[in-house]
Amino acid sequence: MNIGQLILEALDSLKSNKLRTSLTMLGVIIGVASVISMLAIGNGASSSISDSINSIGTNLLFISSGAKDVSNPQPLTLDDAEALMDMDLAPSVANVAAYLTTQAQVSYSGTSDSISVFAVTPAYAEVRNLEISEGEFITNEMISKRSTVVVIGSETAENIFGRTENIVGETLRIEKNQYRVVGVLASKGGSSLGSQDNQVYIPITTGQSRLIRRMNRERVDSIIVQATSADTVESATQEVTAILEGRKHAKTGVDDFTIMKQEDILESATSITDVLTLFLGGIGGISLIVGGIGIMNIMLVSVTERTREIGLRKALGAKRRDILTQFLVESSLLSLGGGIIGVLIAAVISAIIGKIASNNSLSLAPVMGIDSILLATIFSLVVGVFFGLYPANRAAGLEPVEALRSE
Amino acid sequence: MAEPVIQVQHLKKVYQMGEIEVNALRDVSFVVERGEVISIMGPSGSGKSTLMNILGCLDRPTAGEYILDGQTVSNLRDDDLALIRNRKVGFVFQSFNLLPRETAVANVELPMRYAGVKENRRKLAEDALVSVGLGDRLTHKPTELSGGQQQRVALARALINNPSIIMADEPTGNLDSKSGKEIMDLILEMNKERGTTIIIVTHDPGVAAQTQRIIRLRDGLIEVAE
Repeated sequence: MNIGQLILEALDSLKSNKLRTSLTMLGVIIGVASVISMLAIGNGASSSISDSINSIGTNLLFISSGAKDVSNPQPLTLDDAEALMDMDLAPSVANVAAYLTTQAQVSYSGTSDSISVFAVTPAYAEVRNLEISEGEFITNEMISKRSTVVVIGSETAENIFGRTENIVGETLRIEKNQYRVVGVLASKGGSSLGSQDNQVYIPITTGQSRLIRRMNRERVDSIIVQATSADTVESATQEVTAILEGRKHAKTGVDDFTIMKQEDILESATSITDVLTLFLGGIGGISLIVGGIGIMNIMLVSVTERTREIGLRKALGAKRRDILTQFLVESSLLSLGGGIIGVLIAAVISAIIGKIASNNSLSLAPVMGIDSILLATIFSLVVGVFFGLYPANRAAGLEPVEALRSE
Repeated sequence: MAEPVIQVQHLKKVYQMGEIEVNALRDVSFVVERGEVISIMGPSGSGKSTLMNILGCLDRPTAGEYILDGQTVSNLRDDDLALIRNRKVGFVFQSFNLLPRETAVANVELPMRYAGVKENRRKLAEDALVSVGLGDRLTHKPTELSGGQQQRVALARALINNPSIIMADEPTGNLDSKSGKEIMDLILEMNKERGTTIIIVTHDPGVAAQTQRIIRLRDGLIEVAE
């Protein structure tokens, strides 16, 4: 018997009980739709996270004070940062920035908001890819003068002044002091790590003396080192380690600082989202299997109902294989149909989630890969064959005499 | 003289009904010549249905030999029996047994599909329906046909693969006397035209009287072979 005829006949039989067919398919539809949309959301989340990690800058090393099993680490200082900018000892280092950070009350003519204040060195703009849309960034002169000046993010400008242009020259208050705005940053866009546009930057020396009082005046929270290229990240790490050890950061023989490479952050973030994606996909997969059990259930009912038909077909010369294929084609069509509808529904779900995310200015764009569509469709077909096999086998094994006698 | 189409020797069939063994057929031997029209009669429990199932290759005997059209079929495997049923046996049932969702012509095509006939199937099925007088009902579904018309479709289906024998189980049992007579006439006409051997299992003496020979069964044995 040719497959076209088999499919037509199976469609006929599925059409004869539309409600039952659609309810059975619903199980597979939900399964496939959830597998694909979950994978899409997982993929979207992971690409958005790696995007935002890359938007931090490129080829960066983050150095912070303290390490595992080290008590009383010596704090990192501005002098440490300067020492790293040594062309001879550290040829792989392109740029070094240091910063302190805190949450502070920023106010302007009655409006007040608690936002992140970064006290930075001039190189900070370069290593973090910050672009100025108006005015200038923190300069060396401002550092040495400990100027009370501030560079503000585009979102902060919008929130405080209601505009992003003609702000340079305005004055705002951070905690108790007045700061003059010298620059406004261009928007970097939303990020799953929080908005980078609602931040303000002041000279690091100003921060150390006025705003962010630490135990040690010279102290910085973190030093960011930019390697000359992606290939020199490793050698930059070694050079930085050697220099810092030379500066008594390994008094007990153990380094009292930690260097984290950007790739490490990316890797650990990716591994988290991978687990997330797997987990979400797994939940979808379980519902697909439940859908398959639904198919098996309904096919068993169908075999019982059609015992007489099976007997008749056998009397007319149907072999075991003919009956087996007939029922397998039916169950496969059920699940494949459900799979295809499920893919369509997943597309709609992904679009809706993407829309909701962008409305809430979250950069989560669900990515529906062709591979996950193929995977889910093939998997649904396999589910149909697998769960159809037992009922079909039961039908094929019926004795014609017994089958014909049944009512 | 040509070989008989059916040779049955010492046929026995024992059913296991729980603890009890039921001897449905004890020892049955007979011969049916090619082109004969015979009827099998007997009260219920006489082994009539069992004999029909074995003759129609739906079931195997416990012991004894059954030769159909020169081939020993008493020991064949399931799929080989299916092949024999498809090629050599045509069935007509009391309750017609048509596929309710398929048209008349699709029902007649069914045995050809299992036989692997690909060419000309529809045309052959249509011709068969015309020959049983249903040329104007080709695409009707069974529910749109009267009992007599449904039995005609079944007859066309039984004949489509040119079988050696037709097994008819109470072919007029579900029909009124008028259409019952029409069906009997049609069956006898097919026998005359094509020379197909016909075996009718029936309770109805009027039907049996139209056949050339009656095999009467009682308690699993042939009582009288007239």
